[in-house]
Amino acid sequence: MSEPILEVRKLNKRFGPVHVLHDVDLTVYRGQVTALVGDNGAGKSTLVKCIAGINSIDSGEIVFEGHPVTIANPSEAARLGIEFVYQDLALSDNLDITQNMFLGRELRRFGILHDGQMEKKARETLTSLSVRTVSSVRQVVASLSGGQRQTVAIAKAVLWNSKVVFLDEPTAALGVAQTRQVLDLVRRLADQGLGVVLISHNMNDVMEVADRVTALYLGRVAAEVQTKDSSVAQIVELITSGRSGNIGLAPAAVNEGI
Amino acid sequence: MTDPITQSQAGAGGAGEDPPGRPAVDVARGGPGSSTERASGFSLDVDRRGIGDAFRGYWDKIRSGDPGALPSILGLVILALIFSQVSNRFLSANNIGNLPGQGAYIAVIALGLVFVLLLGEIDLSAGTTGGICAGAAAQALNQHGLRHGIPGASFLYWIVVGLMLAAAALGLYLKARTGPAVVLVGVIITLTGLDKYTVPAIIFAVSLGAAVGIFTGWLVGKVGIPSFIVTLALFLAWQGVLLFLLNTQPIGVNGYNVWFQLAHGNMSPLWSWVFTIVVAGGYLVYTVVRSIRAQAQGLAAEKLSLVLLRGGIILAVAVVITALANQNRNTNPFKVINGLPWALSVPIALMIVCTIALTKTTWGRHLFATGGNAEAARRAGIDVTHIKVTAFTIGSSFGALGGVFLASATGGVQLDLGSGNILLFAVAAAVIGGTSLFGGRGKPRDAIIGALVIVIIPNGIGLRPSLPASYQNIITGAVLLIAAAVDALSRRRSAGR
Repeated sequence: MSEPILEVRKLNKRFGPVHVLHDVDLTVYRGQVTALVGDNGAGKSTLVKCIAGINSIDSGEIVFEGHPVTIANPSEAARLGIEFVYQDLALSDNLDITQNMFLGRELRRFGILHDGQMEKKARETLTSLSVRTVSSVRQVVASLSGGQRQTVAIAKAVLWNSKVVFLDEPTAALGVAQTRQVLDLVRRLADQGLGVVLISHNMNDVMEVADRVTALYLGRVAAEVQTKDSSVAQIVELITSGRSGNIGLAPAAVNEGI
Repeated sequence: MTDPITQSQAGAGGAGEDPPGRPAVDVARGGPGSSTERASGFSLDVDRRGIGDAFRGYWDKIRSGDPGALPSILGLVILALIFSQVSNRFLSANNIGNLPGQGAYIAVIALGLVFVLLLGEIDLSAGTTGGICAGAAAQALNQHGLRHGIPGASFLYWIVVGLMLAAAALGLYLKARTGPAVVLVGVIITLTGLDKYTVPAIIFAVSLGAAVGIFTGWLVGKVGIPSFIVTLALFLAWQGVLLFLLNTQPIGVNGYNVWFQLAHGNMSPLWSWVFTIVVAGGYLVYTVVRSIRAQAQGLAAEKLSLVLLRGGIILAVAVVITALANQNRNTNPFKVINGLPWALSVPIALMIVCTIALTKTTWGRHLFATGGNAEAARRAGIDVTHIKVTAFTIGSSFGALGGVFLASATGGVQLDLGSGNILLFAVAAAVIGGTSLFGGRGKPRDAIIGALVIVIIPNGIGLRPSLPASYQNIITGAVLLIAAAVDALSRRRSAGR
């Protein structure tokens, strides 16, 4: 297996007396979808916020492309090429797709917005992701369906030659057909060589699209398994009890709780 | 994985083109998607928009909650038809020529309000801000320079200068540049005594407005007080400040030629034609060039026929108006009145500048984004506080200019200039024009059209003395209610999709 593009080692995070993350390891490889699963309160969001630079970390290190990095704020993460697509989509309804994809990073020429260039790039990006569900990149986001919005949000993350994309519950509010489109898109991102982290509660999605699964249980990594070697039942067991058969946390750690 | 190229080439409804073995994709195709979802491969971008498409696209826009200018223009036409029955003088050249002078102050205040309304905020104090700014300018002219003191309250001058400098510093701290620069220009004008001349005095009024706007924007954007409360408080406070500035003596401005001409003067017929050709012709040329270039580059573009039709209509209307305006419209045979009123061309020029700022600059794009979804804007790295401060700065600066126009129209700075209904009329103008009070949707154009609707009502009623003036407010209220209902209904429809 190649070098991981992003590696989190022994990360600890406390909120006052609450120890939210215990020595968490997370490894993301190029061209692979890594699923991050865990019950509510397991620490998924905190882990993502630590990597995004929204939360500080107490100890541990983040290694990006082989170099240890410190990420103090979201723009530093963006500069490294780590993008985040949040569950509550960060899109402005009244702007069109192109305007949203370039929001905050508009292209300019002679100090004036270079709309033509932005439109071309937006279309290229969507085409490279084989997005066929959008009829015009000049469509206002308010007129898009949930799946199309999710697609735009993901494409926005890809536009900036990002290397790692975190997707927080991208299919949570979608219907069957739209979930299908988004999962296809997630797979295509990985096939283009990006490291993709999929945070999801939906085991069917995880089993279908992910290569590897990192299961969190009460702030610890219960196990890191390959999807092809495991079953839904096994992962669900890891999520709910931290152990499954002979893999997972030692019984002592499971019983310790938080 | 399916080959991306095959997928991107799959046309609308081409469900059979996918390679076998991925039935799930076919589910997506046949799934209950909306009609836009079934069209694929950017079909709308590839097909050029023609006239038929424009109508269809417009209908879609109405359905998706953006009725544009049509309701307000329709309302204008209906009101004009009604008032032409009320009095046969309504459609006379003399009366039409008076409309811009009567309504320019509403249009200018509303233009500034559009920026604030786009953020989903409100500036109730723009009218009374205009009052103090026009009052300060009038007092400066009256005293041959404001630094010679404000009668009855000489200490007030240094308070004003100190507060302007403080506002400029505050603006720089909030990363605004243009606003503080305008304020500093005003400070220099008043310290050098240039404000005894009319034009510098009016510039001073605008820069005082900018200072007020920075202060308001700071209270709303940084301190975090709801804009309704902040500007309500300032609405009340500025009325008192105006009394100080005027030393409870109204000041007439008819003697200052430039100021008087703002609401009463006309451009010469030659310059009227130049203005019309540059504005309407320039619009036609610009849209045609844009259409041709976009088509050449394969961008989403409007069809040339559509662009020519729309630009041609606007140019034709503008030419007819200019030709009529250049006829003598004075009923008194001893003096010729002709040419486009300054009260028409100045607001239109300002509208063009505002439109460019909103649609062609990063700042304008960020303003729209903040109004649509402030959280998304913040996550995209936009400084939302800065956007709010600049929007309020523009709102108050235009309020100041509106106050100057109002003083010109009424002949002087009265003790209650800018208070009362004036600000509410300006808000109504923006909303009638199609600007949403919920933020994120609106155009400078709305302010101009809305102001025409607002001003046509008292004008039409005033032409028949037997009609009581009470009708004016009732009709204005009804028109506003209809406009707000159109806004709310279209919003609900777009949210219900």
